Amino acid sequence: MAGWWKKNPFYVEYMVHEATALFVTAYAFTLLFGLFRLAQGEVAWNGWLEALKSPLSIVAHLVFLVAIFYHAFTWFKLFPLTMPPIMVGGKRLAPNVVVAGGCTAGVVAALALLGLVWRIAA
Amino acid sequence: MKIRKRSNAPIFWGLFGAGGMLAALFGPMLVIITGLLVPMGLLLPADTMSHPKMLAFAQNFIGKGFIFAIIALFVWHAMHRIYHSLHEIGIHAGLFAKLVCYGIALITTLIAAVLLLGLGF
Repeated sequence: MAGWWKKNPFYVEYMVHEATALFVTAYAFTLLFGLFRLAQGEVAWNGWLEALKSPLSIVAHLVFLVAIFYHAFTWFKLFPLTMPPIMVGGKRLAPNVVVAGGCTAGVVAALALLGLVWRIAA
Repeated sequence: MKIRKRSNAPIFWGLFGAGGMLAALFGPMLVIITGLLVPMGLLLPADTMSHPKMLAFAQNFIGKGFIFAIIALFVWHAMHRIYHSLHEIGIHAGLFAKLVCYGIALITTLIAAVLLLGLGF
């Protein structure tokens, strides 16, 4: 049954969404390597920071960004299917409201993280 | 009374869900910060990821927990997805595939834990 998903655009989209997990792994490994360099000391850490500035790293992170952004978006998009129904005033919250709520939480969390990093660094 | 063997699926599913939520909320912005803004010297202070600052962050109890949760749960999440997609690309999702996928996640978790504990508090 391998490859059955190629026949239907909906399932191709599903597989693209599943494949973005590879980029989540790649980014986690990038961070793990950074942690390894941090543990080795200042010289090693600075070497890692330099490596992050290389064009290859920038391009790789742009690819990570697109893939992980899509990964995040589809995570929220599937909320009506994956989350228990939310009842408001005896009525089930409409699917698009649930998706919009998830996406809003994503934007708020991202901005909060940026603000927090700014505050800690400043 | 017969004791039924309990499924281990909820554990993996829980790690998958927690990692997915973390990745969805913080993943894109983390990539932007660590991979783009800081290396290119944009927006954030130039020494945001300098050695003293990162070391202090990794030695702080909350910072340590954040780094650990991000690395470990991202990999548990992604490996769970990859494991369940193998069938679709023609790989039988048997015990071997399960051991490889969750094994990678477990090893990553252990390495991250050892490195973080080694950095001290």
